Amino acid sequence: MSGLRVAGRGRKARRTFRHGAGNGLETGRQIRFTFDGKSYLGHPGDTLASALLANGVRLLGRSFKYHRPRGLLSAGPEEPNALVELRQGAAREPNTRATIAEIFDGLVASSQNRWPGLALDVLGINGFFSPVFTAGFYYKTFMWPASFWEKVYEPLIRRAAGLGRAADAADPDRYEKITAFCDVLVVGAGPAGLSAALAAAESGVQVILCEQDALPGGRLRGERTLIDGRPGWMWAQDAHRRLAGMTNVRIMTRSCVFARYDGGTYGVLERVFDHLPAPREGQPRQRMWRVVAEHCVVATGGIERPIVFPNNDRPGIMLAASVRTYLHRFGVIPGHRAVVYTNNSDGLRTVADLHHAGVRVVAIVEAGTSTAAQDLARQTGAVLFSGATIANTFGRLGVTAAVIRDAHGREHRVGCDLIAVSGGWSPDIALTTHQGARPVYRDDLAAFVPAQGAGGSDLHVVGVAAGVMTDRGAFESGLRAGYLTSGADGSGKMRLPDVNDAAYDITPVWQGPGTGNLPRAGKAFVDFQNDVTARDIRLAAQEGFQSVEHLKRYTTLCMATDQGKTANVNALAMLADITGRSVSETGTTLIRPPVQPVALGALAGAHRGRHFRPFRLPPTHRWAEEQGAVFAENGLWLRAQWYPRPGETHWLETVNREVETVRNRVGFCDVSTLGKIDLQGPDVRVFLDRLYVNGWQKLPVGRARYGLMLREDGFVFDDGTTARLGENHYVMTTTTAKAASVMQHLEFCHQCLWPELDVQFISVTDEWAQIAVAGPNSRDVMRQIVDPDFDLSNAAFGFMAAADVTVCGGLRARLFRLSFSGELAYEIAVPARYGDALARRLMQAGAPYGIAPYGTEALGVMRIEKGHPAGAELNGQTTAHDLGMGRLLSGRKDFIGRRMADRAALRDPARPTLVGLKPLRVDAPLVCGAHLLPKGAAATAASDQGWIASSAWSPTVGSWIGLGFLQNGPARLGDVVAVHNPLAGTVTEAVVVSPVFVDPQGERLHG
Amino acid sequence: MRLTCPHCGSRGLEEFSYRGDATVQRPALEAPEEDWVAYVYLRDNPCGAHRELWYHGAGCRAWLVVERDTLTHVVHNVRAVCREETP
Ligand SMILES: [Zn+2]
Repeated sequence: MSGLRVAGRGRKARRTFRHGAGNGLETGRQIRFTFDGKSYLGHPGDTLASALLANGVRLLGRSFKYHRPRGLLSAGPEEPNALVELRQGAAREPNTRATIAEIFDGLVASSQNRWPGLALDVLGINGFFSPVFTAGFYYKTFMWPASFWEKVYEPLIRRAAGLGRAADAADPDRYEKITAFCDVLVVGAGPAGLSAALAAAESGVQVILCEQDALPGGRLRGERTLIDGRPGWMWAQDAHRRLAGMTNVRIMTRSCVFARYDGGTYGVLERVFDHLPAPREGQPRQRMWRVVAEHCVVATGGIERPIVFPNNDRPGIMLAASVRTYLHRFGVIPGHRAVVYTNNSDGLRTVADLHHAGVRVVAIVEAGTSTAAQDLARQTGAVLFSGATIANTFGRLGVTAAVIRDAHGREHRVGCDLIAVSGGWSPDIALTTHQGARPVYRDDLAAFVPAQGAGGSDLHVVGVAAGVMTDRGAFESGLRAGYLTSGADGSGKMRLPDVNDAAYDITPVWQGPGTGNLPRAGKAFVDFQNDVTARDIRLAAQEGFQSVEHLKRYTTLCMATDQGKTANVNALAMLADITGRSVSETGTTLIRPPVQPVALGALAGAHRGRHFRPFRLPPTHRWAEEQGAVFAENGLWLRAQWYPRPGETHWLETVNREVETVRNRVGFCDVSTLGKIDLQGPDVRVFLDRLYVNGWQKLPVGRARYGLMLREDGFVFDDGTTARLGENHYVMTTTTAKAASVMQHLEFCHQCLWPELDVQFISVTDEWAQIAVAGPNSRDVMRQIVDPDFDLSNAAFGFMAAADVTVCGGLRARLFRLSFSGELAYEIAVPARYGDALARRLMQAGAPYGIAPYGTEALGVMRIEKGHPAGAELNGQTTAHDLGMGRLLSGRKDFIGRRMADRAALRDPARPTLVGLKPLRVDAPLVCGAHLLPKGAAATAASDQGWIASSAWSPTVGSWIGLGFLQNGPARLGDVVAVHNPLAGTVTEAVVVSPVFVDPQGERLHG
Repeated sequence: MRLTCPHCGSRGLEEFSYRGDATVQRPALEAPEEDWVAYVYLRDNPCGAHRELWYHGAGCRAWLVVERDTLTHVVHNVRAVCREETP
């Protein structure tokens, strides 16, 4: 086929691009897929890139800013150009690299960033407007008038510069997360990584081997390297098989180690079912691994660089090693008439390989002068240009000719449909820099390598990633690291296979002549994905952006989804050149995680939608559902808000009825969500004294007491009641919201401040179901519940009493006479699993007394009626004085917050203090957050005197009521203040009253 | 990041919560107000070696003193606070 004429005008010859088997292909089977609506055939093992190339498709996309026609630059994950959309509808995935997307039967793929079609893209005209898009264009456009930006440039840039389209429906697939531990994590299954894994595994340690590709072998798949006399990829397959048979080895393919974190923690993205139409039943599409490893062997190989020359981005201009990968792994001929352009010895391999595959190599362009090139030219009949460069290329939708400038400056136009370019290899060092270790520049390799000991003593970089450029060196460094990490002395056992030991040498040439100057010859691309040109770099340097960090941000160099994998070193070398510094002096930016783009879905795992966070369900939840309760989220808890009855048409009607039930008969409410902490030990009393502002020395067994806690800065932290159940046994309740932080606070105080106190405590929030039973009939109901030998009379079990009791015929329980509603009330606690049964029993036993359940809304109304502070009042900015509880502060002991609460400013009576508020018109709602102003004052910050914290319609008072904070509040009872709601723009009036609206003497709860 | 809890072994960051400087000492009640203000509000932010308090809330609930380098993130030592000798 090498005799075919190339790119004949007019009639196109039908040609094949598949020349042989390909070591990664199953040629016996065919797969049908579509690209931009056209159907093609490929084989299992093909990537979208190789399959399209095999079908002669070279144009795969349009570039980001200039809409230039682009094809494949590479054959791997470093690909900057060939970004495509895969799948359709909800499963549509934009910006996928065609070079890593494995094809499957029925795959639908399409190009992006083109309109109306790839071959005819009207926005290609951006090339003519290109001054708009030069270095710093984002920053410069921001300096234009805002109206220009909004109306003209922003829409223009958004339409013109773009990537793919995200799916417009929820992702139908599942993702999951998993954690794994191992002794040695090996990253990369090329010759170095496989050697390391074998050495470590044979020593018996636990090994995880991750390979981002579907197949092991790394570069061995793309070369004709012989190992022990056989093709290298066969050696890799054997090594892989041996490892797979070992019980201490886990091999993960299609798994990219995308980050190294502190403490030997790694992020790994496993693409479990990206290569099939849909995940298998019950399986995730992708799996996010967190791997914790004692040691990590980085065998990530290298990334080949292009060379920067005018019009170096045409389809058909590819990286040389990628050309070899397409030849050997996929059996695809990327072109029929090739020019090979290289500045290093490795690139020359391409000449022999293309020739071997029957491709005519018309010219070899080498930056230096080598005998190897002379030999190759002789063998293949190619014309050799030593000390030469490519000065330009031609071809609208694919390269048709190259202009070669020889050592004497003469230009030669050569027809070709493939230019294989090698600018040398950059070790893939991303994982070694994630924790801030700076790589060092090696002049002999013209590349950055990890610094000695970079990233920590547990990180072992081997093979090309470490700057070891020979095949033999890859095996040697891999084996050595493998033995080292396993702690075994393998020096005696180390057996190196028989491989070629050819040296790698490079002539550091980064760009063709004149590429950074006038755009006469055409754009010379450095960063293909972000369309950053050599001229942009020169311009940025001229404008003063000479630090690499500034250059990067000003030009958007290396800021695309590929993070500039193929662009970084070329750009630095060019900047060094312009500024007259060495590459070492110029420095490099650090590479941050992730190494490859990671889907948000994979990061979220199962935590989406309903599962974003779990619900905590109180013990009576199922029963409440049966009652038709309406639920609301309280932190993680799902609590019954109210219990509508047939015929009730508005929630307020239900809540009013529930409040009236409690005030006149009896109601009950699940209060299990309150934090409960069980404390035991001889020093609990002292401990409580130091935690709460009030005193605990005189609390007798069988009694409970209200307590207020401060933070050490003197502001209120939490409140609740603590009951003394035995000589050395107490049970504390906290608010629902602060249950966890109070527990943490207690642990801190005990372990860090007063370890000498003999106390033990544990959270029992989940162990006890606690139900409040409130209302004038509550004692009658409790008599039906509590076993009859217990005396419930007011004399025997009065207000704030507490006791261990039995209920319902022998069930152990705790009974407290506490009241949040202000009525005669009890709280009864039973083991959590009996909570549901207790609710049902209460309904039954309480029926004759008119019992009904009530929800959090009625609970809230009644606590406002009683002036009890809750979340809105305990907001972290109020003091005990602000809450009208200054008298609780004991002067006889040290307690958390005492000293700072004593600061004069916090005791200033002018601070807004808790008051009750009643609108002058009873049906005028009070709105939480409204400002309190002197009557008639202007609504300014200067005249602001407080705010409304909580409000409700009180069916008991027959009016809206509120709790608020008002300057000098307690001294202003009876005053009328203005209530200003700036959101609604309203001003109403309210009278300042005591915060206790109902039963101010507390007669009911003592009854 | 991982911490090796003296009770539970090596555990992931998500099991712990951070409090801050472990070197501050709660003053006596009668100490001058400046001491209290310093204790409650003032913290150094050293670049390098630091002693920090961490809480193993999702594990043994121990408060831990972690000696950590804020620059390199290397953890040098983790002890339970109640096992600390007070200087
Ligand atoms: Zn622990």
